[in-house]
Amino acid sequence: MEKRDFHIIAETGIHARPATLLVQAASKFNSDVNLEYKGKSVNLKSIMGVMSLGVGQGADVSISAEGADEADAINAVADTMKKEGLAD
Amino acid sequence: MTEMLKGIAASDGIARAKAYLLVQPDLSFSKKSIDDVQAEVDRLHKAVAASSAELKLVRETAAKSLGEEEAQVFDAHMMILDDPEFVGAIESGIKDKKVNAEQVLSDVSANFIQMFEAMTDNPYMQERAADVRDVTKRLMSHLLGVTLPNPSLIDEEVIIIAHDLTPSDTAQLNRKYVKGFITDLGGRTSHSAIMARSLEIPAIVGTEKATSEIKEDQMVIVDGNGGVGVIDPSVDDVKKYDQAAKDFAAQKAEWEKLKNEKTITKDGKSFITAANIGTPNDVPAAVDNGAEAVGLFRSEFLYMDSAELPTEDEQFKAYKAALEGMNGKQVVVRTMDIGGDKHLSYLPLPEEMNPFLGYRAIRISLDRQDIFRTQLRALLRASHYGNLAIMFPMIATVNEFKQAKAIYEEERQKLIDAGTPVADKIEVGMMMEIPAAAVIADKLAKYADFFSIGTNDLIQYSMAADRGNEHVSYLYQPYNPSILRLVKRTIDAAHKEGKWAGMCGEAAGDPIMVPVLLGLGLDEYSMSATSILKIRSLMRRLDTADMKKIADQAVTEAETNEDVINLVKKATNQ
Repeated sequence: MEKRDFHIIAETGIHARPATLLVQAASKFNSDVNLEYKGKSVNLKSIMGVMSLGVGQGADVSISAEGADEADAINAVADTMKKEGLAD
Repeated sequence: MTEMLKGIAASDGIARAKAYLLVQPDLSFSKKSIDDVQAEVDRLHKAVAASSAELKLVRETAAKSLGEEEAQVFDAHMMILDDPEFVGAIESGIKDKKVNAEQVLSDVSANFIQMFEAMTDNPYMQERAADVRDVTKRLMSHLLGVTLPNPSLIDEEVIIIAHDLTPSDTAQLNRKYVKGFITDLGGRTSHSAIMARSLEIPAIVGTEKATSEIKEDQMVIVDGNGGVGVIDPSVDDVKKYDQAAKDFAAQKAEWEKLKNEKTITKDGKSFITAANIGTPNDVPAAVDNGAEAVGLFRSEFLYMDSAELPTEDEQFKAYKAALEGMNGKQVVVRTMDIGGDKHLSYLPLPEEMNPFLGYRAIRISLDRQDIFRTQLRALLRASHYGNLAIMFPMIATVNEFKQAKAIYEEERQKLIDAGTPVADKIEVGMMMEIPAAAVIADKLAKYADFFSIGTNDLIQYSMAADRGNEHVSYLYQPYNPSILRLVKRTIDAAHKEGKWAGMCGEAAGDPIMVPVLLGLGLDEYSMSATSILKIRSLMRRLDTADMKKIADQAVTEAETNEDVINLVKKATNQ
């Protein structure tokens, strides 16, 4: 399993457009990808799951991937985080 | 059997076509225990697949007929439908509880809706609850085997029959096939009515029973001039209304000849007839209808049709497009008029007891200067591409105007210092819609370059009567001498300082009001584009000296709204 932590810097947190893009990025891979925040874990391939967490600015989240392409999945998600200015 | 339906004439014209009922089907169901879980799960997946295919088709059609932007709402729907947490939750619910898919769908969807609506600190997410509702409805319809209306799939000429039309309904309509509207609810200023006028199709609203009386595919006639609908017309009716439609077309052709003419009265005095627009897309219709200016460009669409505050560039492009489209003719842009009945998901406003008397329009702009300055910069940059004027809505005091103008001057200077091209002359005026401002118009006229009278709000605030409240709708009296005195005061104050006065409410296109306004000396008449040629034709038959006499009587002798109506009708043979 691959796991990585992110500190959310975007003013609006993870919602709307960036959430959609994260979901799209994660959905390209076969691995199970999960987003954990405040002890709650949701499927990162689910827009409703991601948005239901209500991740705001300053939040610490971790993303884990498990499966054959777990490393690529984590990298793709991290790229999107950076490109969208969600996290460093 | 032919039946007649009476309503409010909301948009001129006469049309005949098959009825299309834009009505939600009955989606009720009862809870049932099930034995064959797998069969129920299969039924769910079949409904999901059918919904998905339908959404895809709707999206494609909408993209082609309405544009990519309007189609994007369906992307959000498809995403929910594809969501593992959503369909997965329904599937496991069926397996765990052994109840029918309809019941589980309804429970799961209620959970998500509740969760989203509880995110009060995140208005965007609150709005997503609506998407979940839409998707649930579609999925439910497939489970129950009933058909949802998909107006974007209409491919033949129809008259739309609805309870009421919302902006999201009308966004899905293909203009090519929709020949008219008949609705149960609404008045002349409701969304359905305004939309019909901008589409230039006949409409009657407020019929109360259109959706219960008219059946799908029944032949109907909409007479938007007389405010009458005819269901299942007889051969004679068809003959009569086809003739009326012909006459109306001939009348329109007659008006059409005035398209490139100036607005001149019988005694040779010039006035301006202008169009009210909501987006740059309305400019071609304004030009087609011979508008000599845009007297009101409502900038709200930039804020309403968006998930976040519009950027300076987005606004700049919209203003520039409108200015270029009008080709040197003046375009008066009203700065943001949010609040009252207009809300933004991303800019939560405080809950208020009296939103119309609360935090709205210029009051927000002066408080949230970041938003205001962005809009002013976009406007100033666009000014280089045409003849721009700016007006501030809801000004009540001299200080508010001075403050807004000072912010405008600061932004103007900053742009000039940065070397950005800005027009030399931009008129900066104000809406006249608060009685306090009309009373002190003589002072305001020293600072404002022009006044534009907004009749709906001026009447609502003068009469202390909510225009949306049917119990007090009798107080909506545009011709009441009290209102006319405020109008006269405004016009006189403007003229005394060498400024101009216009009107940009529905009243400016009203054949009863126009003669009085002419008599009072109003300079600019801004209205729905489709009213312009009718009013121009009317003005050519009126003599300003005669109208001045009528206006004097209306202001000094008349006691009531009805007195003025009778006075004008008699004097102008209407």
